[in-house]
Amino acid sequence: MLSPQEPPKRKLRVATASLSGCFGCHMSLLDLDENLLDLIELVEFDRSPITDIKHCGTCDIGLIEGGVCNSENVHVLREFRNNCRTLIALGACAVNGGLPTLRNGLDVREVLREVYFEMPGVVSNTIPNDVELPLLLDKVRPINEVVRVDYFIPGCPPSRDAIFKFLTDLIAGRTPRLDYPHMRFD
Amino acid sequence: MNLEDTFIIDGTPIPFEPSQTVLQAALKAGVFIPHLCFYPGLRPNGSCKLCTVIINGRHTSACTALARSGIEVENNTPELNDKRRLMLQMLFVEGNHFCPGCEKSGNCQLQALAYELEMMTPHFSHFFPSRKIDASHPEAFLDMNRCIACGLCVQASCEVDKKNIFALSGRGMASHIVINTPSGKLGDSSFALSDKAANVCPVGAILPKRHGFALPIGQRLYDTLPISSQTEFLTTRKA
Repeated sequence: MLSPQEPPKRKLRVATASLSGCFGCHMSLLDLDENLLDLIELVEFDRSPITDIKHCGTCDIGLIEGGVCNSENVHVLREFRNNCRTLIALGACAVNGGLPTLRNGLDVREVLREVYFEMPGVVSNTIPNDVELPLLLDKVRPINEVVRVDYFIPGCPPSRDAIFKFLTDLIAGRTPRLDYPHMRFD
Repeated sequence: MNLEDTFIIDGTPIPFEPSQTVLQAALKAGVFIPHLCFYPGLRPNGSCKLCTVIINGRHTSACTALARSGIEVENNTPELNDKRRLMLQMLFVEGNHFCPGCEKSGNCQLQALAYELEMMTPHFSHFFPSRKIDASHPEAFLDMNRCIACGLCVQASCEVDKKNIFALSGRGMASHIVINTPSGKLGDSSFALSDKAANVCPVGAILPKRHGFALPIGQRLYDTLPISSQTEFLTTRKA
């Protein structure tokens, strides 16, 4: 007689990307240390700087670090939204634009001119303009101003414990919630 | 406890003294009501509306409502906290509030309330307003990007310091702080760090120079204890 067997649990597919971020949030993810071993029992990585896969396949969870500052960021973000069942803004820049938004009070043309013409030591006399180079947006935006976002993990970067708590809550089917010590904007 | 001198907040009797407001009595009794524009010793002005409670069925600012015996106050309810979170989100997107680069972070009342009310995202589209920084004063910065126009510095400068340095100008969305000098610069005023006005700002709009990031993360005011557990500090703090 066949014994009823539990079907093996499918690992959740997770994709991660850094838009206009500093990779600090990804460093915080790596900072999970031995907890990464617990996490890797539950998930497998799709597109991510960790796997070096270039495009996002169908995923359960997408983690986005960084705000949206150029056209490539918009394409990557839309690809994630189209392919990830749950999209999470990871860290201050994804949540509210973060420090890259300091340029929002300045005119983009002025910024480029300053960088490529006025800076001491600059020898070029042209603003790089190649089809390979993504164009800058007029303002840096948090990701929820471009696509719908399901969850937000604030922090600069979010602590590893905050990331672990949030992801394990989500994977276990609980409403993800950060307790006070992990609720940080800085 | 004499029932004549108590009222009810969320089912708990709160004692009060004559002329105390609902907010003052609540904080004294250790019951936290979220607030930004109230400071002990200054006249309540009811501008931020975060302390909105429901008194006998009507929405009212707890900082301006006088405590009366027998009134029933709803405070810590999901409905009110949802509205308060909404107001915080609007304050966040209206200015340029970027905590990682702000010296006030960890000691900021706006940030502490966002933690308290679990504001995970500012939600709305950011305004990214273009506002000025005034570094003309030798001892203090004035960073308008973070100003929430609560009016505390205006009141402290006028009523306590008797210097009349700050004022609110413009209407509605255009309301902003102006400096009462011909140049409009803080450096040309008699402003000093010992002024009450220099120490009441709930956000990082008025900051002393050369004191940035003096306390490490973990030792700042709201690092370990949420603002709701610090009612004693909130009632006794003196600028």
